[in-house]
Amino acid sequence: MSVGLEHYLILSAILFSIGLYGALAKRNAVIILISIEIMLNAVNIAMVAFSRYIAPSMLTGQVFAIFIMVVAAAEAAVGLAIIIAIYRSRKTVETTEIDLMKW
Amino acid sequence: MGLDIAFWVLAVVGVGAALTVVLLRDVFRAALALVLCLLTVAGLYITLSADFLAAVQVLIYVGGISILIILAIMLTREVQRGSPANKLQIPALIVAILFLGVVAFTLLNTPWQLSAEPPLEPTTAALAVKLLGEGGFILPVEIAASLLLAAILGAIVLVREK
Repeated sequence: MSVGLEHYLILSAILFSIGLYGALAKRNAVIILISIEIMLNAVNIAMVAFSRYIAPSMLTGQVFAIFIMVVAAAEAAVGLAIIIAIYRSRKTVETTEIDLMKW
Repeated sequence: MGLDIAFWVLAVVGVGAALTVVLLRDVFRAALALVLCLLTVAGLYITLSADFLAAVQVLIYVGGISILIILAIMLTREVQRGSPANKLQIPALIVAILFLGVVAFTLLNTPWQLSAEPPLEPTTAALAVKLLGEGGFILPVEIAASLLLAAILGAIVLVREK
């Protein structure tokens, strides 16, 4: 059986689930950001696969993927800056210890 | 045939690298596994004949974001303590597996309307027309530029010494 759209979508779903597990289950804030990057990449794979197999001449999926990359870059920059600022004031990046706003 | 082999190799390596990221306790090695995962995604773009996106993936993710993440890991010095799982590990695993099951069930039961057209190659010029040309995405491009500027200014303000 040759590789088709479903293969790419299943791969994208697997990568997204791995990222979801990492974002929910990890304590280190940097690892949570890394997991979010994996999730965004999984979405990008699905976008480009749709673009390739459903409307190859339109390229709209690839344009969406470019915008997702822009937002991911902005998110990584601001997120890591926040983590470094938190580390400066509280000397930890463990999300279980950063609970000032926790009810 | 060659594309099929490339897909399977890249898929196995990519999923393995992603699993390494979330299962390893060593934060620095997890970041290196992330670099491998991002590289396999770039390879997957090539198998989907998205050449421009593959180059952009290598430049932005493998070149930029991974450097940023490794720098942040070094600045926060959490390498010794590692990244243990919190007490939500089992619920998180259940949620992730449930999500995967629902998504896989849905997309395997959807009748996709596949197009038989050959893929566009090379895509760079066509993407430029799509992004900047008449009736394209010029307004989102401008908004993305201002978003990046705001993000850079915000990052500088956040990490500046008082």
